Amino acid sequence: MQALSHQLLSGLANGSIYASVAVALVMIFKATHQVNFAQGEMAMFSTYVAFTLLKAGIPYWVAFAITLVCSFVIGVAIERVIMRRFRAASELTSVIVFIGLLLAFHGAAEWLFGPVIQRPDSPFARDAWYGTTYLSPHEVGMIGVTLVVLGIVFVFFRFTRLGLAMRASADNPQSSRLVGIRVGWMLALGWGLASVLGAVAGMMAAPIVYLSPDMMGGVILYGFAAALLGGIDNPWGAPIGGFIVGVLENLAGAYLVGNQLKLALALGVIVAVLVFKPSGLFGRTVVVRV
Amino acid sequence: MVSADAAVTSAPARRLGGRTAAVAALVVIAVVAPFMVSGYHTHQLTEIVIYAIALLGLNLLTGFSGQISLGNGAFYALGAYTAVILMTRLAVPYWATLPVAGAVCFVVGVLFGRPAARLEGLYLALATFALAVATPQIFKHDALQPWTGGSSGVILDKPASPIPAQLSNDQWLYFFCLAVAIVLFTAAWNVVRGRTGRALVALRDHPIAAAAMGIDTTSYKSVSFGVSAMYTGIAGALGALAAGFVSPDSFTIALSLQLVVGGVVGGIASIFGTLFGAAFIEVVPDLASKLSDAAPTALYGILLIVCMMVMPDGLAGVVRSVQARLARLRHPRTRT
Amino acid sequence: MTDPRAPAGPGLGAATMAAPVLELRSVDAAYGATDVLRAVTLEVADGGMVALLGANGAGKTTTLRAICNMGVRTRGEIRFAGQRIDGLPTERIVRLGVGHVPEGRGTFLSLSVEENLKLGSYLRRDRGVAGDLARVFGYFPVLRERFRQQAGTLSGGEQQMLAIARALMSRPRLLLLDEPSFGLAPILVQEIFRILRVINQEERMTMLLVEQNARLALDLVGQVFLLETGRPQQIAADETVRRAYLGV
Repeated sequence: MQALSHQLLSGLANGSIYASVAVALVMIFKATHQVNFAQGEMAMFSTYVAFTLLKAGIPYWVAFAITLVCSFVIGVAIERVIMRRFRAASELTSVIVFIGLLLAFHGAAEWLFGPVIQRPDSPFARDAWYGTTYLSPHEVGMIGVTLVVLGIVFVFFRFTRLGLAMRASADNPQSSRLVGIRVGWMLALGWGLASVLGAVAGMMAAPIVYLSPDMMGGVILYGFAAALLGGIDNPWGAPIGGFIVGVLENLAGAYLVGNQLKLALALGVIVAVLVFKPSGLFGRTVVVRV
Repeated sequence: MVSADAAVTSAPARRLGGRTAAVAALVVIAVVAPFMVSGYHTHQLTEIVIYAIALLGLNLLTGFSGQISLGNGAFYALGAYTAVILMTRLAVPYWATLPVAGAVCFVVGVLFGRPAARLEGLYLALATFALAVATPQIFKHDALQPWTGGSSGVILDKPASPIPAQLSNDQWLYFFCLAVAIVLFTAAWNVVRGRTGRALVALRDHPIAAAAMGIDTTSYKSVSFGVSAMYTGIAGALGALAAGFVSPDSFTIALSLQLVVGGVVGGIASIFGTLFGAAFIEVVPDLASKLSDAAPTALYGILLIVCMMVMPDGLAGVVRSVQARLARLRHPRTRT
Repeated sequence: MTDPRAPAGPGLGAATMAAPVLELRSVDAAYGATDVLRAVTLEVADGGMVALLGANGAGKTTTLRAICNMGVRTRGEIRFAGQRIDGLPTERIVRLGVGHVPEGRGTFLSLSVEENLKLGSYLRRDRGVAGDLARVFGYFPVLRERFRQQAGTLSGGEQQMLAIARALMSRPRLLLLDEPSFGLAPILVQEIFRILRVINQEERMTMLLVEQNARLALDLVGQVFLLETGRPQQIAADETVRRAYLGV
């Protein structure tokens, strides 16, 4: 029983990372109907920025904040400079563009920060008061930070004028222009926020999966699974999908398939969702008029 | 060469003549090349031929039936490992592994293709992306270790040239691959020009209309998945022979992405495009690392984005639009 | 400080002296390579209520889209309150005071009625918003009932009212309506048109209406432009037109 509880809670902790990635993916998908295949690499790059700042002696949470700002700017820039030209492109073309982005970020990280795996420290002290028998302080911290960040994002979308404008742009770009919204900049903001969420996920994950250019390879897969499970167009479903996938990963890893097939598990979830319920648990079933 | 949806409006005979000449020239170059270059370059040429076969498989899937696959690397791996197991465990001669690898991949491809047929563009891309990422881990699994050699991989003997005085091993392998490629390309070309080809193009461009006209979309789609997997698997088997070494890490997501890149940059739905695409993915990353010692991958990525801005239909698309413009110059009143 | 977009001074005389609110001069419009409009010239006076009629495919919707620069390439002059707006981005044209109720209503389906109306007043920073909301509820009481409901769950007629209300919330100087009667039951259309007439008279809001339903439009407006595959002809909406056009 103890082991099960540990797996469950640990799964929730991992799930918080997948939740952040999933929300980032859903955000971009809702706004542009494109899947950001480069989300993981962008997150990895931001994480490297954070730890470079840390190595320079900057206190953790200050570096955290600076990294968020940097990743926001990078996200906005990518949309304004690159993605805006491919708004009307075919799916195949946009896939290649995302692959290009993926490779660009991966290569840039390797070049700027080196390919060697590093083991960063967690900002949450190993003997902190909020650690429990089931969850290490870092795991508690991960869940906490994720909930806070996601909470801020949701409040922003729900209660601010800008958030409303962004939701409107995703819902109906043409009508948005007709009420005076600059839709292009709303999309750029969406990219910026998605980039920030990715950075949070990366920074929380780094002490666990260690820092390397390949660190987000598996995580992004779980992010996809979580986003699909929650409903690829549902920003509320995404975090729930994330936590479910996290728990599933741990339970299946411990009791079913062992550690060696974790990625295959993610693949299984993705395929299962797409085949049996493509709109996910909470997404809208899209009926296409032919 | 030919694209399935090219409307033949101007003199067909002249066009065909032009194409035949181009093909002939290509064949001549292909046959003569290995004697003009070093062993290493022959090896590169062999890889280009192998990539071309794999890209042909991808093009049949993505170009002609409109299904985006980011996971063909998995079938490449499957073909490679089939060849490996046959050769190391069952002492099957290298040339006999090809049909088996093809058959195995065809079956798996069709099985995968049935549920995949229901997925729309981006979702299929997602699912196949997941497949590609998960593949190395699957092949590393302990249960498969006695067959696949696990993480440390398996060494293969390179096929020996039967006429060592005239052809080195490298050259022999090159011609072997070239022969296989010619057979496969001819087969594909025939399919594409025929009724099946037209059905596939209808499927790609107007899936709803095609279904309404009674084309069994699921069957066509899953069979094209199977055929695509078959071609890719044969390429994988040849690739294993050419590399002489196979391990799960030879088949990371990078391979699948390379294939898609090669397909799109060469030009989807164009058989000629596969040749250019194969050359691109073999040569350009190499070039990139020579140009930028520091960040070849990043440079490659940026190059891809620029490519998509400038020629979204790949090189075949550029060639087609040049041809169209020339045709308009020759016959200004003809509306294409 | 008076709202520069408020309707011009009292009395018909003043209105006819003022520059037309909307002017199209020899406007061509095309979607990509396909020409749709050729040399369209029309004017809408301040406080006027004008209908643009014509058969299916004549280019009525294209005209409205050309005014707001929505996906249409145009040549020629388009002036709003004397200022040239052709070529300006849609958001800028809207900022200048053009309200557009698009074809198909363009409701934000996943957002609530409240949020839809809030978006209508997105650009406004003044304090008149609450008052305008009350006035809008006066015209369309059903919107107050459904205030917190998701817009996608509203009926067609209610969505049409919501779309008009949303446009009104920006306090436009010119209101463009694209087929407001489309897909609605006749009783509902009568009601909506009645309200439009009230708005035009009480607030002196200039309106340009595109309609397929010629009979209703002729009852409503004072002036009609007839679009015949790309070229409008101005015809006053009197009995001769009614008889000629409708055979009544």
